[in-house]
This record gives sequence, C-alpha cells and structure tokens, in this order.
Amino acid sequence: MIETISQPWPWYVAGALIGLIVPALLLLGNKHFGISSNLRHICAACIPSNIPFFKYDWKKESWNLFFVGGILVGGFLSAQYLGSNEPIQIHPDLAKELAAYGITDFSGMVPVQLFSFDSLFSAKGLIMMIGGGFLVGFGTRYAGGCTSGHAIMGLSNLQWPSLIATICFMAGGFIMANFILPYILSL
Amino acid sequence: MENKTIVHSNPADYEARSLDTMCINESELKHPWWYNFKYLAVGIVFGVVFVKAEIISWFRIQEMFRLQNFHMYGVIGTAVVVGAISVFLIKKFNVKTIHGEEITFTDKKFNKGQIYGGLMFGFGWAITGACPGPLFAQLGTGVLSIAVVILSAIAGTWTYGYLRDKLPH
Repeated sequence: MIETISQPWPWYVAGALIGLIVPALLLLGNKHFGISSNLRHICAACIPSNIPFFKYDWKKESWNLFFVGGILVGGFLSAQYLGSNEPIQIHPDLAKELAAYGITDFSGMVPVQLFSFDSLFSAKGLIMMIGGGFLVGFGTRYAGGCTSGHAIMGLSNLQWPSLIATICFMAGGFIMANFILPYILSL
Repeated sequence: MENKTIVHSNPADYEARSLDTMCINESELKHPWWYNFKYLAVGIVFGVVFVKAEIISWFRIQEMFRLQNFHMYGVIGTAVVVGAISVFLIKKFNVKTIHGEEITFTDKKFNKGQIYGGLMFGFGWAITGACPGPLFAQLGTGVLSIAVVILSAIAGTWTYGYLRDKLPH
C-alpha cells in the first residue's frame, strides 16, 4: 500500500480525484472550485489601496484561503512522508533541449537551475520568476479564472466563456513554450 | 448580508464578483470560523494529488506544451469529465449541501478579458510551469524561492485591479 502510494500516481487517478473536488466543495457549502481568486482576496485583505476591484468583504471568501492553505499543507505532507525520492522521468527530447540551455538537474519538481533565490540576480531568473509570476497573476484575473475556475469548474458546468478562456490558456502556453521561452532560456 | 435578496452596499461589488470565480451565493447560515477547516481538508487532498501526480512539475508542463506527454491532458480531461458528471447529477437530483442549503450555479459572461487575459496567463503558465494552485503546492514542498513568484503573481493581480477600467473587456 505504502509502496503504491509513494510511486507517482497515474493521470486517471489524479484526474478523478481533482474532478471530485468540484462536487466536494459544492456539497460542503455551495462553493465553486477556483484558486486564482485567492490572489485577489490577498490584495483585498492586505493592499486594497482604495481600488474598487479590491473593495469587497474578502472575509466572506475566507473559505478559499483555507482551501489554498490546505494545498500548501498537502504539498508539505507529501514531500515529507509520501515521497519516492526518485528523479522525475522526463521525455528525452525535452531533456536534450533543456541540456542545450544548461539545465541538467531534473531532480526536483522545479528546476533549481532556474528557480532559486540566486537566480533572481540573473536576467533569465528575473524574467522567469518575476515576469512569469506577474503574468500568472495579471492574466488569471483578467481572464476571470485559471485552470481550476475555468478549465475544470467552468467546463464542468458547460460554460462556453470558460472554453474560450481554456483555449487561450493553451494557445498562450504553446506560443510561449515553443517560440518565446527558447530565447529566454538562452539568456 | 443576511439574505440573498438584500441590496448590496456596493453594486459594483456584486458585478465584479459575479465576473469572477468567487462564490457570490451568500450563505444564510452563520457558521463559526472553524467550519472553514473542512475546506482546508479538501485542500490538503488536492495538494497531495498535485505532488504525487507530478502536476506541479515544471517539466510536466513543458512536456504538455510540446505535446511530448499525454499525462497532463489525461489529468485535466479526466477531471473535467468527473466534474461535469458531478455537476449534472447535482442539478438533476437537486442535491443540497450537507447543511441543507441549495446548490446554485452562475453563468459566466463572455468578455474579451477571457481572450487577452487567457493568453497572458498561458504565457505565464509556460514560463513558471505552474498555475496558481501548483505554486502554493510547490512552496509547500519546500521550494521557498517560489514565494517570490507568488508575490509577483499577487502584484500582477493588484496591477490588473489598478488598470481594470482602462483595459478592454
């Protein structure tokens, strides 16, 4: 049992469990699955700056902050107690491509050669950590949701605006990963 | 906010909130704050799945956008199917919450933000290899530098709020 749990889980197990979060949140209290809104709640709670978009009673949405806090705890628990400690198997073509940019350490979930406090002092690290994070925060709110709110909750509820958003998420990702990221990685 | 029909103190507030993935359905029940721990529990399960299925891996996201691995498509596809069946059943049988309240759905309205913002988020997703949920899970696994990415994402959200009136929607 422990042996099975410590292996990487297959997509159908993970997908089914994530799909079940939708009814779980609805049944527990009529809450709609969505994560990026938390970034907005944090703004509303900490730096509302008299901006109308952040002037709402964020405490009513505090369930969402508990939810995201749980994700953090879940990440900690699985890294501490459920880990396999084996490096992630990655596609040979990707490994070859990344090696050309000097990325050879595949041991973590995140490439330590790109994401670390030290890399903040390089142009590449600055663009990826600060620029990438900024785009995630700005883009999700502009789109009104992220992978959870649009791609999973929105599509589950057959909302066509969510389908458009999801297509744009994927299109943006394809353009960045294939046409722009190579230039950033070669910096 | 005692009930659903009350006029919201700030009309823009309801409008803005309904555009979002937030819960605009006010609960009439007053629960002690610690009832929120049930959402913490769901979040923990979610965080464990994120890590164990390598959804928070930067490499898996790169493979997805290079069509090198079916994994992420399988995860998201299965999640949508299971979610859609659940929503269908909840609507069909008019299932109530565990506290006996009605479960409600709000239709999302189309605006251009879903295109422009969607593309911007796509760019960020491919760079950071993470959407907002996985960022928190990555931080949880002990990659402390991801806190910088999260802070930058909060700054991005704030900047959107600041510029919102000037952006095409």
